[in-house]
Amino acid sequence: MSGGTYLGMPAFPRAAEAATRDERLRANLTHATHTIRDKRARAVAELPDWAELRAAGAAIKDRTLRHLDSYLERLEAAVTAAGGQVHWAADAAQANEIVTRLVLQTGEREVVKVKSMATQELGLNAALERAGVRAFETDLAELIVQLGDDLPSHILVPAIHRNRREIRDIFTERMGEWGRPAPEGLTDEPADLAEAARLHLRQKFLDAKVGISGANFMVAETGTMVVVESEGNGRMCLTLPETLISVVGIEKVVPTWRDLEVFLQLLPRSSTAERMNPYTSMWTGTSDGDGPSTFHLVLVDNGRTDTLADEVGRQALRCIRCSACLNVCPVYERAGGHAYGSAYPGPIGAILTPQLRGVDTVLDASLPYASSLCGACYEVCPVAIDIPEVLVRLRERVVEGGEATVRGSRVRIRPARGHAAERAAMRAARWALDHPGALRAGQRVAGRMRRLQPRRLPGPGAAWSRTRDMPPLPPESFRSWWRRTRGESGEAGR
Amino acid sequence: MRVALFVTCVNDTLFPRTGQAVVALLERLGVSVDFPEEQSCCGQPQFNTGYRRETEPLVRRYARAFHGYDYIVTPSGSCAAMVRDNYPRIGARAMSEGRDRGLASVAESVVPRTVELTEFLVDVLGVTDVGAYYPHTVTYHPTCHGLRMLGLGDRPRRLLEAVRGLRLVDLPGAEECCGFGGTFAVKNEAVSAAMGADKARHIIATGAEAVCTVDNSCQTHIGGTLSRLGAGVRPVHLAEILASTEEARW
Amino acid sequence: MNAREVVLGRVRRALADVPREEDPEREPLERGYLDSHQPADAVGLLAENLADYRALVHRSTPEELPGLVARLLAERGAASVVVPAGLPPEWLAEVPREVRRVPDEAADTARRLDGVDSVVTGCAVAIAETGTVVLDAGPDQGRRRITLVPDHHVCVVVVPDQVVDSVPQGLRRLDPARPLTWISGPSATSDIELDRVEGVHGPRRLDVVLLEE
Repeated sequence: MSGGTYLGMPAFPRAAEAATRDERLRANLTHATHTIRDKRARAVAELPDWAELRAAGAAIKDRTLRHLDSYLERLEAAVTAAGGQVHWAADAAQANEIVTRLVLQTGEREVVKVKSMATQELGLNAALERAGVRAFETDLAELIVQLGDDLPSHILVPAIHRNRREIRDIFTERMGEWGRPAPEGLTDEPADLAEAARLHLRQKFLDAKVGISGANFMVAETGTMVVVESEGNGRMCLTLPETLISVVGIEKVVPTWRDLEVFLQLLPRSSTAERMNPYTSMWTGTSDGDGPSTFHLVLVDNGRTDTLADEVGRQALRCIRCSACLNVCPVYERAGGHAYGSAYPGPIGAILTPQLRGVDTVLDASLPYASSLCGACYEVCPVAIDIPEVLVRLRERVVEGGEATVRGSRVRIRPARGHAAERAAMRAARWALDHPGALRAGQRVAGRMRRLQPRRLPGPGAAWSRTRDMPPLPPESFRSWWRRTRGESGEAGR
Repeated sequence: MRVALFVTCVNDTLFPRTGQAVVALLERLGVSVDFPEEQSCCGQPQFNTGYRRETEPLVRRYARAFHGYDYIVTPSGSCAAMVRDNYPRIGARAMSEGRDRGLASVAESVVPRTVELTEFLVDVLGVTDVGAYYPHTVTYHPTCHGLRMLGLGDRPRRLLEAVRGLRLVDLPGAEECCGFGGTFAVKNEAVSAAMGADKARHIIATGAEAVCTVDNSCQTHIGGTLSRLGAGVRPVHLAEILASTEEARW
Repeated sequence: MNAREVVLGRVRRALADVPREEDPEREPLERGYLDSHQPADAVGLLAENLADYRALVHRSTPEELPGLVARLLAERGAASVVVPAGLPPEWLAEVPREVRRVPDEAADTARRLDGVDSVVTGCAVAIAETGTVVLDAGPDQGRRRITLVPDHHVCVVVVPDQVVDSVPQGLRRLDPARPLTWISGPSATSDIELDRVEGVHGPRRLDVVLLEE
């Protein structure tokens, strides 16, 4: 029941290559991402002040990050004053240990969960399972993933890689093992599938004593937690259980109540392309006789402070997990979410994962290269994260190494292996380009040999010429033409 | 007004006709243009692959080569974006690392003077009808860096629409990347090729004779894919269309 | 060292580049966005946006309200209805006596609420530009669960008094200390092929009555 795992995944190019050959996956992803892309564009176009909202969103997040310590302390004080209990976790192991202990203290062995990126990142469900606690995912897409022993492949729609027929099959085959089986003769109509999920999860909500959630925002000033959702499973998990445990990354804090006016406009339109999502829950500590009587907030670092330490990479922590960047990304559309080997796929994952986890593994070191730098992600990002800028910064960390913060310590990381030949080639190219005389000589030789130009290139060039022809080499370079035709006159001869 | 051509290393080596077209076009519009031979490459391949420090000598070379010119005109959206967006970053980083305090001001000095060809035509010279004649059906692919980093907007389109004889047809999914991305094309061969194949499919579906861009590096990928597929659509740089006249077909 | 000190210590070290004297409270934040997009008819826009996300919208005078509420419950075939403690009694005046009134009580269980067909509430504020009604657990709205477990929610909005244009205006009217539920149409999901389908766990039918006083 633990589902898949990201450990031991191959580098991005290899996983992506397999995905490009999976026709059904390609069709599912193209259909879904194109549907939401156009809707988002319309929802955003409704607001004439979108650019100003986006700038304010980025500014609020930057301000928060630059003074994160004081906002976290303020948040802790406000949550505590309102009746909540605050816990801190430096890494995934600590976070999982805290949550497991809190659950076991209630005497319960089952919990209901609202979709949470943080708990996915931490591997919380597997940790709970090891302690004998069963975690039920209640978001429809998370349910599809859990029942299918699968991994999420999208931030907003974790089962985006599945089409309606596959979902029908998963429900029919697996629901019975987890609780109420799927109705007889279930069709693949989305409305019928949603109804099957409603019936299956109803019992779990009504019996639940412990709920686990993440949060979209935490307000330092008031201690208010905010969860944005659509289905109502969030409201169920946040209000029906006696104990609520919210596991949240430290970067989710915003300074003031007023700041929500920006994010509650930016997030729904960027995410589900709605003016507002169906349900938003806000709670501050505990309330007498309404909702959980015990509220725990677990604040998680797990690589976020390492990310914060890089002045360029830091902007990745502005992310509000809307997934707009995934939906417009041509690479994500073809590679699928699993190739990114993390809870955070797509362009944001390509800059977040190597910062949260480091660039030690072959997979993590390949993520900064999982982009053509086309910039579509930056254009739609509601908090203006310049994803291409951070990708290039991380590429530099991979090939040149240098100073970085890893698990809280400042270290000098070595250039990744496997880039030696490329580094030599880049140096050689730079030398030639910095010596135009040599460059011209090279061009002249190439021009004379052009009839020998092969159609398929050897070595690394094969990666180009398997699917693409090389342009024919011209008889002379521009530089030679200029010198031949204009060389004698004017400035050109300088 | 002293104007220099930054032809770019790709055009210099592989597409000299594009550089020649810029010279012919600008001279026809009464602008005399120099080609400082000290120029080479903007450094984008190195920078975008992670070799920032290898880029620094090329930043200095660029600034030296184009010292004293009012405008540095380049037929490449991508190279112009490299200079305008990334040179200041390279300079600032060198300064913050305490290695080269001068590089920042050197880098900044070329930013306002570096313009992509269509910006020079529309914004500086104030022309959209350059008197060109090109009797073909053409579709236009806005390349990513020109579109999103420089914000070229409708400048290329307006120039194309004013060309006599030219029939411009819309490209479906025009704003989606062709899959080139420099070293991305070989590092992520499968995804790059899949993007290229989709772009080629859209281009072929337009029925155009030629696909036009403002970037020959992307054009290498698009043209190479089209050629491998045996499609008869030819890649052409916007400068070559604009250089073409009734008297002198390009 | 405990985890709290470890994390806060890491944050401070990571922010070594931020000048110590920098005080975010003293620098006003640039808020160039609009406080309202100034809809010509806020109530009309609220109705339109609610309906766009599949809420059923009705307009009513105080005199018509008891009849309308009775009709909405009857259409659903409701045999029982949850009644928040502070709901104006006249709102349910014409609901037949056979329809069981279930009071909102602290001792209630979710399972018992699951057997109730409908709930009638007021609201704290409604936001026109987004088609949202916000509940703040006030006396005419009750505990959060009563508008969640029953499958049918009738929400009465007093217009124009309770209607604001925009999200910023809405937030200013709300008290963060209270438990808040923002509702924009009945529950929905886009989890299957990113296609929107209404009706998952929350009430599948949402009737919003715009009460013109």
